[in-house]
Amino acid sequence: MQSETDRSAGGWDRVVSAKSGWLKLDLNELWRYRDLIYLFVRRDFVATYKQTILGPLWFIIQPVLSTIVFTIIFGQIARLPTDNIPPFLFYMCGLVSWGYFADCLNRSAGTFTGNANIFSKVYFPRLSVPIANAITNLITFGIQFSVFLVVLGYFTWKGAPIQTSWRVIVLPLLLLQMAMLGIGFGCIVSSLTTRYRDLAMLMGFFVQLWMYASCVLFPLSLYPKEWHWLLVLNPMVPVIESFRFAFLGAGTVEAYQLVSGAVASLVIFVVGVVVFRHVERTFADTI
Amino acid sequence: MQVIEADKLGKRYRLGVINRGMLYKDIQSWWARIRGKEDPNIPVHVAQNPAAVRGDEFWAFRDVSFSVGQGEILGIIGRNGAGKSTLLKVLSQITAPSAGNFKLKGRVASLLEVGTGFHGELTGRENIFLNGAILGMSRAEVRSRFEEIVEFAEVGKFIDTPVKRYSSGMYVRLAFSVAAHLQPDILIVDEVLAVGDAAFQQKCLGRMDEAAFKEGRTILFVSHNMASVRSLCTRVIMLKSGRLEVDGEPGPTVDRYLDQGSVDWDVSKRTGSGRLRIGAVHLEDAGGGRMAELVAGQPCKFVLGFENHGLGPQDRVTVGLSMHGAGTDLFANYSHYSGREFSGLPARGAFEFAWPSVDIVPGHYTFGIRVFANGDQHTGERLDTPPPFMVTIHSSDFYGAGQHGGLSHGVMLVKGDWAVRS
Repeated sequence: MQSETDRSAGGWDRVVSAKSGWLKLDLNELWRYRDLIYLFVRRDFVATYKQTILGPLWFIIQPVLSTIVFTIIFGQIARLPTDNIPPFLFYMCGLVSWGYFADCLNRSAGTFTGNANIFSKVYFPRLSVPIANAITNLITFGIQFSVFLVVLGYFTWKGAPIQTSWRVIVLPLLLLQMAMLGIGFGCIVSSLTTRYRDLAMLMGFFVQLWMYASCVLFPLSLYPKEWHWLLVLNPMVPVIESFRFAFLGAGTVEAYQLVSGAVASLVIFVVGVVVFRHVERTFADTI
Repeated sequence: MQVIEADKLGKRYRLGVINRGMLYKDIQSWWARIRGKEDPNIPVHVAQNPAAVRGDEFWAFRDVSFSVGQGEILGIIGRNGAGKSTLLKVLSQITAPSAGNFKLKGRVASLLEVGTGFHGELTGRENIFLNGAILGMSRAEVRSRFEEIVEFAEVGKFIDTPVKRYSSGMYVRLAFSVAAHLQPDILIVDEVLAVGDAAFQQKCLGRMDEAAFKEGRTILFVSHNMASVRSLCTRVIMLKSGRLEVDGEPGPTVDRYLDQGSVDWDVSKRTGSGRLRIGAVHLEDAGGGRMAELVAGQPCKFVLGFENHGLGPQDRVTVGLSMHGAGTDLFANYSHYSGREFSGLPARGAFEFAWPSVDIVPGHYTFGIRVFANGDQHTGERLDTPPPFMVTIHSSDFYGAGQHGGLSHGVMLVKGDWAVRS
């Protein structure tokens, strides 16, 4: 929605015009709606928790089950290398960090279709929805990550060849990058689904494919070094590798990879927000 | 001081473009264009008349300019399709205008619906905070009015119960209560007042009145209920086919709205011999006052004006009214069913159809009129069949407890008493 604070022009607080501006992001307004973002987070968490019998236990069961399945299929049967890390730990590390990104992406992608009812009845900055989602997912991530830390502690105690280093302090940065990438890409998908509903059907499949291309199930070192630059075009590769490098001490992380990942994430985030802001102006007309 | 200023506002919809919604159809159209073939997805009326491609767009309203001063209660009236709701959506910033601009001063809250964003799993308390925030209140503001909201809603001890266990009356009262305690500088309200039982509706109207007069808030109010528009508003604008037709005092504007008759005929589309023509049609309430719409459970009268173009004193005329909606035909009532045939009609006059009680679920319905001479609808001479017209039935407190099922629970409203026998 086009809006600007323009007190010089006759003291109007808000001017809404037909002319569309592509590059206006009203951060002040988002800040004023911070309570709404908090309440959305609370609602999503409480609602998910109340609707299931096992409640928050699901957040733990899900990654643990996936890890077991992957350990059996890729570790035991396919015998893919894991940079000498115990396979269970290797897959769990990848899945937990990937999970945060995938959740941000999936939920942001459903912003318009999932909130059509509210969006057609009341105005508030629409970006508060994907932002709230990213925060809600952070809670889920926190729970899953704690489980990962317990498993990590167990393996360290058993003397597995892992080296958790001071580099773990980059965790917030990795999360921020995943949130931006997830929100940005999700916003693009969400904007497109207002026009092309079929895209929603492809999303699940697409996210799955993306995971296979993101070094979640195998280390980057599996590939010859001269091809790394190509794989690293996928901004999730450096994130997952950095994650494993920091917590498990194994992974291929080079400066150019980090920069390319960060730049790609930022670009996708900005493009996503711009497209989203454009679509939200007339979204209500298409439902 | 002016707090709203709208300048040449317009909203355009593109027919056919919206809601195509399928990627493969867009690709299909694009591929057809490249090969110079006809677009298979073009709407039929456009394909038949390529010159009408420009007509592929539709203006819900256009060139609407007005300004509103602080403390005014501005009523917005007009028929279905006049553009009221779209104007409200644009002013509420739910959708952007296609032309012109508007300016606002102060905090704005819009209520196109009560209880937007209510979540069944959350308690009344949690929903008050969530709904308040969606409507633009901070948590601190909601907290400071919390007691008032609960008291106004009359939900008392159920405040910590999930709202999915509320009765629909309680749910609506809680939702409205949050809305009523918003303290924006400008409040935009759609017909949300048509909820709850009669006493609660009255309480809500009182609350709006108080907000405007005591607290200096500005209110924009869209309604079909001419009685409340007349009593509540300080000024009224009337939209007609997307244009601003009148901007003036409530009394005269409402009168003018009601005087238009209820139906705009497209004269070219009628069929029949034409020895008698139905002219202006309007609706009256029990007291003979004109109504723009029907009210569920209330009596009404359809007044069908006619002009006699050559019926003699011997010709016997039977007239019928039919009602259609919810995908079915609801009734047809020909005057000869009750043994009434009219002869010796004057040059100008009106048929009256008195309907003792409109026991129909609120909604939009279509009505048809047929007039025959010297026989019934099978054997007689068809005099006139004007095109069908739409009438809205709006809700009332039919069962006395502020509730009724929607159209999915049937079309009829039937009063009855429930009891237990042991």
